[in-house]
Amino acid sequence: MFIIKNRKFFYILSIVLIVISIVSLFVWKLELGIDFKGGSAIEIRYVDIKPDIEVIKNNISTLATEISLGNYVLQSVGDTDYSLKSRLVSDKERQMIEGAFSNNGAFKTELKKVNSIGPLIGKEAGQKALISVILVILCIVLFITFVFRKVSKPISSWKYGLMSIVALAHDVIIPTGVFSILGHFKGYEVDTLFVTALLVILGFSIHDTIVVYDRIRENLSISHKNNDKKTFETIVGESVSQTFVRSINTSMTTILALFVLYFLGPEATKHFSLALIIGVGIGTYSSIFIASALLVTIEKLQSKRELAKK
Amino acid sequence: MFKRRFWAVILLLIASLIGYFVYSTNKVDSSKKFKLGLDLNGGIELVYQADTSGISSVDISGKMNSLKDLIEKRVNVFGVSEPIIQIERVGIIGGNTSEQLIIDLPGQTDIAGAIAQVGKTYVLDFKFLKKELENSTSTESVTGDSFESTGLTGALLTKATLEFNQNTGEPNVALQFNSEGSDLFAKITKENVGRRLAIFLDGDVKSMPVIREEITGGKASISGGFIGSAGLKEAKDLVSNLNLGALPIPIELISTQSVGASLGTEAVKASMHAGLWAFIVIALFLVLWYRLPGLLAVISLSIYVAINLALFKLIPVTLTAAGIAGFILSLGMAVDANILIFERMKEELARGRELGDAIEEGFARAWLSIRDSNTSSIITAIILYYFSSTPMVKGFAFVFGLGVFVSMFTAITASRTLLLAIKHDSAGKIMRFLFGTGANK
Repeated sequence: MFIIKNRKFFYILSIVLIVISIVSLFVWKLELGIDFKGGSAIEIRYVDIKPDIEVIKNNISTLATEISLGNYVLQSVGDTDYSLKSRLVSDKERQMIEGAFSNNGAFKTELKKVNSIGPLIGKEAGQKALISVILVILCIVLFITFVFRKVSKPISSWKYGLMSIVALAHDVIIPTGVFSILGHFKGYEVDTLFVTALLVILGFSIHDTIVVYDRIRENLSISHKNNDKKTFETIVGESVSQTFVRSINTSMTTILALFVLYFLGPEATKHFSLALIIGVGIGTYSSIFIASALLVTIEKLQSKRELAKK
Repeated sequence: MFKRRFWAVILLLIASLIGYFVYSTNKVDSSKKFKLGLDLNGGIELVYQADTSGISSVDISGKMNSLKDLIEKRVNVFGVSEPIIQIERVGIIGGNTSEQLIIDLPGQTDIAGAIAQVGKTYVLDFKFLKKELENSTSTESVTGDSFESTGLTGALLTKATLEFNQNTGEPNVALQFNSEGSDLFAKITKENVGRRLAIFLDGDVKSMPVIREEITGGKASISGGFIGSAGLKEAKDLVSNLNLGALPIPIELISTQSVGASLGTEAVKASMHAGLWAFIVIALFLVLWYRLPGLLAVISLSIYVAINLALFKLIPVTLTAAGIAGFILSLGMAVDANILIFERMKEELARGRELGDAIEEGFARAWLSIRDSNTSSIITAIILYYFSSTPMVKGFAFVFGLGVFVSMFTAITASRTLLLAIKHDSAGKIMRFLFGTGANK
């Protein structure tokens, strides 16, 4: 009951987080990976000795003027590697870059990773990502409306769908905002895996929301049968506290798995698991503290309007 | 009672057999090893965009298939182990679609070599010089617009051979068409005596002889322009490329990815570590919080893992780092159904129900939530699978979706069978403690 009674506090907290996220997205935008904008990323591993960055910096900048590489980012990765991100390079240019890294064979190098993506593919990936996010949201809302179709009192089933969208938007905007901030300060890039993480967050957040809504549905019918005249607010409040532990626990197991993946898993999925940890965390919070509370708010608005009509 | 225990034993036996299958097929020489993607195995992926602008939309899929076959031949000639070549139609709904060819070369590290392996993209085409231009004798002044298509291309070729002109000693390339090509060539030459027929190679005019008479038997030759030792090499390259198959559609390299073998090995190690520890952490949590049912949930989670791994091998699923991440994520989600059921059971117990009834009720009532919430995950997985632009995301979506399906089975069927099997009709204090949870007062 505490949660529903104090819903204003949680609304404010969420609004603050969302505003910060949106402002950050407007000011700093997202650091797009080459998945979306096209370009090349090359990682070189040194087999014996990793040369000083100054040497490499020099070599690369000479080469960059020679082949007009434009803007590029040279970074040191771990104890053995360097990475270079730039515009799309041809196969020949890539070999020249390898030469610059190895100081023309003076250092023994190994091509650890190459990723060259044409701008066309990038554009397409962006569009596909957008379409899939919209489709997932649409399908989930239709699904919820369908599942809760028999519930119409006191609020109609599509409002459950609508409120779950509000919660979903909340769950997607905040991790995106966090990655915008991380992108600005730490250079974290947004790639297709990040979008995948967002979609999983959508699925997960709805998972938790459904558990609570499902209980509200059940309690509504029990209350109707017993004719105990409980208010909608009371029923929602009871449902939230009844499902509180299981919401936390189902998320807990997932977050535990994700933390393990973040700390022990491969480099390739580090940012992916981070996005998921933030998203699943936020998603659990919104299912418990926001999604159900919104139902109460909308019911209050509705009854106020009905009173005004009379 | 006996019947329930019988089923539980059968379930455990089958699960152990599946587990044994997964374990025993991990040997180096087994044909049912896990299939690892490029990011775990090391290797190169090349993505080519096909230029389908000159092809009517009905022919595209046929031509793409022959393109795929040709590239397959080229790659196989150079002995790459288990190359994977796929055609992918990409495009935005309602917009222009384009065709891509994705070539995976596992274990390869030499990108320049790989691009060469796929071969120079020779496109052979025969075109008429337009009638109104025939009087201009110079071949320099003609442009691409000056020609009209004949339908005769390198796709209709069976063989190319290197020959030498007996008078000049200059190399020329003799072409032999297949039966369709021969008929077409005969028809073209018969109906167009006196016209100029240009031979295009990669969009450039290689030569432009005048048709003197009908040529039957489907023989033609490209001569001129192969001068000196460089010319000889060019002619030889051309012959070998034409024999491997001239590409029916021009292609352009748009994406290259390569992962060094060492990086792949590191990723496999890290993924296995993460998977193992994720399992241990989840198991500990379940046992500490839900006690005896928690332990049963761990057993059904093990069954879940065994079934999934076996499916990875049998389908087979090509595992990528993202796919394994999806599997680890699904470990956390697979126990969700158990948690929902156990919480419900606890409630029913608190309402004063007998243990057996509480178990049955717990399953029955939690089922709706489980079904609804898993359906949303499946929707997500399906959309992800169809709209993913990278194999990485596809791999993730497949493993994730498969996991949700399997988890619905293990959480409901396996957990239920096990719980009912250990249930005691006269639930004493100990049993009630074992079925309690950490949150009980």
